[in-house]
Amino acid sequence: MKRTTQLFACLSLMAAGLGTAQAEYALNLMKGVTRVSNDIYDLHMLILWICVFIGIAVFGVMFYSIYFHRKSRGHKAAQFHESTKVEIIWTIIPTVILIGMAIPATKTMLELDDTAEADMSIKVTGWQWKWEYEYLDDDIHFFSSLDEASNKARQLGSGIDPATVPHYLLNVDKPLVIPTKKKIRFLFTAADVLHSWWVPDLGWKKDTIPGFINEAWTYVEKPGTYRGQCAELCGKDHGFMPIVVIAKEQADYDKWVQEQKAAAEAESSAAGREWSKDELIAKGQTVYANNCASCHMANGEGMPGTFPALTGSSVVIGDLDNEVQLVMNGKGMMPAFGQMLSAVDFAAVITFTRNGLGNNVGDVLQPSTVQPLLANSPEDEDEDDEG
Amino acid sequence: MSAVIAGHDEHHGHGPEKGILRWIVTTNHKDIGTLYLVTALAMFFVGGAMALVIRAELFEPGLQFVEPQFFNSMVTMHALVMVFGAVMPAFVGLANWMIPVMIGAPDMALPRMNNMSFWMLVAGLLLISSTLFMEGGAPAAGWTFYPPLVLQTGNALPFAVFAVHLLGISSIMGAINIIATIFNMRAPAMTLMKMPLFVWTWMITAFLLIAIMPVFAGAVTMLLTDRFFDTSFFDAAGGGDPVLYQHIFWFFGHPEVYVMILPTFGVASTIIPVFARKPLFGYTSMVFATATIAFLSFIVWSHHMFTVGMPISGELYFMYATMLIAIPTGVKVFNWTATMWKGAMTFETPMLFAIAFVVLFTMGGFTGLMMAIAPTDFQYHDTYFIVAHFHYTLVPASIFILMAATYFWLPKWTGHMYDEKLGKLHFWLSAVSVNILFFPQHFLGLAGMPRRIPDYAVQFADWNMISSIGAFIFGFSQLLFLYIVIKTIRGGTGERVTSEVWEDARKHGLEWTLPSPLPYHTFSTPPTKIPTEHLGGH
Repeated sequence: MKRTTQLFACLSLMAAGLGTAQAEYALNLMKGVTRVSNDIYDLHMLILWICVFIGIAVFGVMFYSIYFHRKSRGHKAAQFHESTKVEIIWTIIPTVILIGMAIPATKTMLELDDTAEADMSIKVTGWQWKWEYEYLDDDIHFFSSLDEASNKARQLGSGIDPATVPHYLLNVDKPLVIPTKKKIRFLFTAADVLHSWWVPDLGWKKDTIPGFINEAWTYVEKPGTYRGQCAELCGKDHGFMPIVVIAKEQADYDKWVQEQKAAAEAESSAAGREWSKDELIAKGQTVYANNCASCHMANGEGMPGTFPALTGSSVVIGDLDNEVQLVMNGKGMMPAFGQMLSAVDFAAVITFTRNGLGNNVGDVLQPSTVQPLLANSPEDEDEDDEG
Repeated sequence: MSAVIAGHDEHHGHGPEKGILRWIVTTNHKDIGTLYLVTALAMFFVGGAMALVIRAELFEPGLQFVEPQFFNSMVTMHALVMVFGAVMPAFVGLANWMIPVMIGAPDMALPRMNNMSFWMLVAGLLLISSTLFMEGGAPAAGWTFYPPLVLQTGNALPFAVFAVHLLGISSIMGAINIIATIFNMRAPAMTLMKMPLFVWTWMITAFLLIAIMPVFAGAVTMLLTDRFFDTSFFDAAGGGDPVLYQHIFWFFGHPEVYVMILPTFGVASTIIPVFARKPLFGYTSMVFATATIAFLSFIVWSHHMFTVGMPISGELYFMYATMLIAIPTGVKVFNWTATMWKGAMTFETPMLFAIAFVVLFTMGGFTGLMMAIAPTDFQYHDTYFIVAHFHYTLVPASIFILMAATYFWLPKWTGHMYDEKLGKLHFWLSAVSVNILFFPQHFLGLAGMPRRIPDYAVQFADWNMISSIGAFIFGFSQLLFLYIVIKTIRGGTGERVTSEVWEDARKHGLEWTLPSPLPYHTFSTPPTKIPTEHLGGH
C-alpha cells in the first residue's frame, strides 16, 4: 500500500516535469562501465531519437488529419488515391536513414566481436541454477549461486519482505572478481540447458550452450560491483541465478587471488581430518540449502512427478555407496555433484540427507573417504557459506 | 437466424441443419467462420486468464501465488493459447466469413476439408490444454520449446508435440483452402489486382503457412525422437547442436509472427477508407509491400538469436536484412496516413480501433527497428523490452484489428447494430489500459529486467505494479466486448441495419451489396459488377 502511494506521488512529480525520480525509477538503458557499453548506449539513443522524430512527424500528420479532415467539421473528402512520386520519396528517405543507422551499428558490432589479445581468460559455465567460474590462468575455480537471504525470502509465502533484503535476487554467495584495466576474455558454456550470462553494465549478454564455447570480452575502467542475471529461460529457478561481478584494482585483485589460493589449501587440509557426525550434519544442512533444496525442497519432500522426495527415499536410506554414486555422477536432471562439491561439502551433505530431512540411518561419510573419489574434481573449492 | 431473405439473391432452399448437428457437420463457410471466431474468443479469455495469473504474480516482488515451475507453464501456455488458439483461428474465421463474399464466390473451394480443419483445431487445442493436468505439469520451456530445457518436460512433452502436429495440419488445410478458393472461385470480373486487400494479405499469409508449418512440425518431431528414440539432433554429446533447433524454429517462427500481422494489414486497409470516405492510397504498393514483407520474413530469422554466438558475418547479414523490413512496413503506415489525409472522417468504433492499430503498431515497429540493431540487441534481448515490443505488435495491433473487424462486420453478419456507446467505451478502456499495461515494460527491459522470471529485484517493483494494474483493467474490459457481441447477436440496439451498414460502403466491397444479415448462401451466381473504390473508382 505504501509503495502504491509512493508510486502515485512519484508519477505526479514526473508529470510536473521535475524528473527527480530518475535514479530510483530507471527508465532508460544504463550507460555501463566499458567503452563498448557506452557505444551501445549511444547507438541506442541515436536510434531512439530517430524513431521519436519519425514518430512525431508521422503521428503529427495523422493527428492533424484526424482533427481537421473530419466529416463533422464539414470537410469534403478528396479523391486522390495514388502518386508514384510520393511512394518513391517515402521509400528512399527511410532507406537513407537506415544506412545512416547501419554504419555505426556495424562499427560497434565489429568491436564487440574482437576477443583477440586478451590479458586473461575466465571460463563461465551455466548450471541449473548457478554459475561456475574458472580462472584459466590462475587455477581458481568456484561456483556462484543466489545468496542465502534472497533465497529464503523468495520462497512462496516466505513472509519476508523483499525490500528488506539487500540486493534482493541480485546477490550471490561468491561473486566473480576481475581486475580493472585488463582485457578479459570470457569463454561460455553450459552443463545442462541453455543459459545466458548478462551484466547490463558490461553492455552485452551471451548465451551459454551445452557442448559449445562462446566468446565475449570486457575491459572495465572503474572498480565497482556490477550485477546481472541469467537471461535465457533455463527452468524453474531461471529467475534466481544472479551474477555479481566485482572489479578491483590490480593490487586488490592480486590480494584476492592469494586469498583464494590460501582458502583452497585450508579446504584440502580440512578434508584430511576426522569430522564428527554433528559437525557434518551442521555443515551438510547449509550445503543442502544451497545445492539441493531448490529441487528436493527444504524439507526433502521433493516435487511429485518432477523431483523425487529424499525423505524416506530408497536411495537415501539404502546403501551408502549407492547414494554416493548417484550424487557423484548425477542421473537425468540430477547434476553430477562430484564436479561441484568439495570433499567436505560432499561428505557433509550425504551425511545430512541420511540423518536429517526425517531420515535416521545413523551412518557417517568422512571427507577423507570421499577425497580419492573426487580425483577429477577441483581442489580449490571454497566454503559455500562464505561471502 | 432467418434464412428467408427477400431480394435479388438466388435460393435453392438449403437452410442450415437443425440443432447442434448444424455446427458439427456444417460445410457452410459462414457457419465455419462463426465456429472459428467463437473458439478464438473463448481461447482469448483462457489465454487472458493465464496472462492475469502472470501479472498477478508480478504485481509485487516476492512469490505470492504460484510456484516458479507453474509460472513458467503459464508463460508457455499463454503464448501457445494466444498464438494458436486465439489470433490465428480468429483470422481464419474472418477469412471464412469474408473471402468468399469479397470475391463473389458461393463458398470455400473445399468445404468438407474446411469442416475438418476446424475440428482438428479443436482437437489440438483440447490436447494442449490437457497437458495442464498431467504429471510434471504443462510445458514450461517457453512457447519456443528450446532444447535441452524442453526435454525436461514431464509427461506433457509428447502430447504437446502431437498437439502442434494437429494444429499445424489444421492450419495447412485452412491455408490450402484459402488459396484454392482465391485462385478458383473468384467471380470472373474479380481479377487479382481488383481483389480487396484483405483477400490479398490472406492469400500471402496462406502461402507463408504452407511453407512454415511443416518446418515447425519437423522441429518438434526431432524433439520427440531426441527424447524417446535416442537421436541427438540437438545434443552436442551425440554430434548435434541445440542452436540448430533455434534456427529451425525461427525459420518457422519469424514468418509465423507475420501470419498474425499480415491479415491485420488487410483489415486496416479495408476499414480506414470506408470511414475516411476516400479510396485507399496506393493499392498496388500495398500489395507489393505485403509480398515484400512476406518474402523478407523468410530471410531474417536469426535476429531472434543475435546472442547465440553466430559468426560476425552472420550477425551483420541478419542485422541488415532485418532493417530492410522497416521500408515496406513504413510504406504501409505512410499509405494509411495518406488515406486519412483530406478525407471526411468519422470515428465509429471500427475506425477508432483501426487508427489505434496504426499508431500502436508503428510503436511496435519502432522498437522492432531498435532491436534489429545487433549490438543494441545484446542489451535488449530476452528482457521486458522485447516483451513490450511483441505485445505492441500483437495486442494493440492484431487483437485491436480483430476487434475492429468484429465491430465492422458484425452488423453485416447478424443484421443487428451493436451499441455504439458501449463500443466506444470498450475502445477507450482498451486503448488506455493496453498502454498502461505494456508501455512501462519498455522501461523495465531497459532497466535490466529479464523476461520469463516469476520474481524480480525491488527496483523493478513500481513499473511492474503499474503494468499489472493495466493488465487487469484491460482483461476485464474485454468482458464488455463479450457482452456487446452477445447483445448484438441477440438483437443489438433493435435498429435494422441496411445492406450497406456504413455510409457508401457499397462502393468499397462486394459484401455491402448483399442484404444484412448475410443470407446463408450468397453469390450462387457470380456478381458482374465489382466495387472498385480501392482502385480509385475506375
